[in-house]
Amino acid sequence: MTSQINLRLQHRYPGFALDLDLQLPGKGVTALYGHSGSGKTTCLRCIAGLERASQAYVQVNDHIWQDSQRNHFVPVHQRALGYIFQEASLFPHLSVRANLEFGLKRIAHQERRVDLAHATELLGITHLLTRAPHNLSGGERQRVGIARALLTSPQLLLMDEPLAALDNQRKGEILPYLERLHAELDIPVLYVSHSLDEVARLADHIVLLSEGKVLASGPVSETLARLDLPLARGNDAAVVIEGRVSDYNLNYQLLTLHLPGSAQQLRVAHASMAIGQPLRVKVQARDISLTLAPSEHSSILNSLHARVVSETAADNQAHVLIRLDADGTPLLARITRYSRDQLGLHPGQLLWAQIKSVAVLA
Amino acid sequence: MPLTSADFAAIWLTLQLASLTTLILLLVGTPIALWLAHTRSRLRGPIGAIVALPLVLPPTVIGFYLLLAMGPNGYVGQLTQYLGLGTLTFSFAGLVIGSVIYSMPFVVQPLQNAFTAIGPRPLEVAATLRANPWDTFFSVIVPLARPGFITASILGFAHTVGEFGVVLMIGGNIPEKTRVVSVQIYDHVEALEYAQAHWLAGAMVVFSFLVLLALYSSRKSQTSWS
Repeated sequence: MTSQINLRLQHRYPGFALDLDLQLPGKGVTALYGHSGSGKTTCLRCIAGLERASQAYVQVNDHIWQDSQRNHFVPVHQRALGYIFQEASLFPHLSVRANLEFGLKRIAHQERRVDLAHATELLGITHLLTRAPHNLSGGERQRVGIARALLTSPQLLLMDEPLAALDNQRKGEILPYLERLHAELDIPVLYVSHSLDEVARLADHIVLLSEGKVLASGPVSETLARLDLPLARGNDAAVVIEGRVSDYNLNYQLLTLHLPGSAQQLRVAHASMAIGQPLRVKVQARDISLTLAPSEHSSILNSLHARVVSETAADNQAHVLIRLDADGTPLLARITRYSRDQLGLHPGQLLWAQIKSVAVLA
Repeated sequence: MPLTSADFAAIWLTLQLASLTTLILLLVGTPIALWLAHTRSRLRGPIGAIVALPLVLPPTVIGFYLLLAMGPNGYVGQLTQYLGLGTLTFSFAGLVIGSVIYSMPFVVQPLQNAFTAIGPRPLEVAATLRANPWDTFFSVIVPLARPGFITASILGFAHTVGEFGVVLMIGGNIPEKTRVVSVQIYDHVEALEYAQAHWLAGAMVVFSFLVLLALYSSRKSQTSWS
């Protein structure tokens, strides 16, 4: 079985054209990221078959869902997919339990890989089973919607901005469940989002869409740090670092994290974790300042020895973006053009990147 | 006894006609309403207008054309004669056909409104949960459009009961075959049997009021799901 998703889509509307050719990993979370109108949702709907792209080849693992050259189109209800809409779209005439069983009842017994107890426990909705959908909060509804999709044991989970209709508090309520999903189930996920924060937290792979075309497709840590993409130029540019827990200081409540393939480490305020656990952190480009000598008397906890790789203009005249390399881990620093000239930065230069804050994702 | 056996025969015939017409209209009108609610075809406008025509046409016009079509020289008449069924004019079957056309908008429009209100999303959700289109219709559309089905049935039934012009044109006035309540009242009045006419007409007023009362009270109690 080839664990891969192959997509070729061409779809035209008046004033909009989707045209992409993608090979995506058949595991983990792939984010489709772009502004509204970039074609993310259309792309997802074409994969699901909710919209029929005029020219398309859609292959998920070893199933071909659409091949317009052979005039082959599998109807939506025969595709082993789970689809999470922006609004939970629960059936209002059915209880939570009946909503959950709607899809479950319709797949063959031997295809069932997720059972009701597991799905409800995973999403923390066991206590809601007898309720009616209109008695649930927005966050609860969306969790029921996700469980309902999981219960069809899909080969691919398509999520169309599942958090967009929720306020920040509800988002925070759901994100941990999505992370558990990621960790516990072996179902590839295509996740449409326009929030870099969600992408950094959840995704392993990112596809950057703009006006119906693919700007970039690659692992999140690599792609976010690419200076040739518009992501890096914005004020919220950031990199994601997948480190491993190497120590915990109980007295100061600080977790030490090793950079991948390096002796350098980061320390973050966090609850205790087992040594060796992987941990994902996000470092914003604007939270990094550069110094030519290590500063010993500073409240800044983290300072990485790094080499200047390249630079690019930011989205305004005052700032530039510097790409650094810390023993193989890419970093981005958003500093003023003035500072760059004062420090005389040039490629190959070794310096210290002082990190003002490190956000733990997960 | 204020009502004669002829009156009861007319009432019984009317109820049979209205029930059968409503049943047929639910079967025929549902796919039409579904199509009108979801299609992006250019035919949507014209078909919608044709379905709504009986709302504005005088019943005598509908009856006149049906009389021509179902008569011995009409297309429908020739077909039924070819099939060995004779002609449908002045028969109960002809009356059913006339009533189906006459009451069509009263069934299609509430259903169409109900289906439009459901929107495409629940159908898409059902498809992603492995329900085929038939399954989706019975397990999602019908329960969600239940108020629409109730309204459509009541209006279709009541409107058929109130039919007069079409019946007179294509059905005539044959006792126990085509003589419905509205025609029976007309006969009583023609024969100056005002007392008889009063009883039947009064019964129609009470019946219509009760139907509409049921309709409007059920509308209030059927609050939206959200």
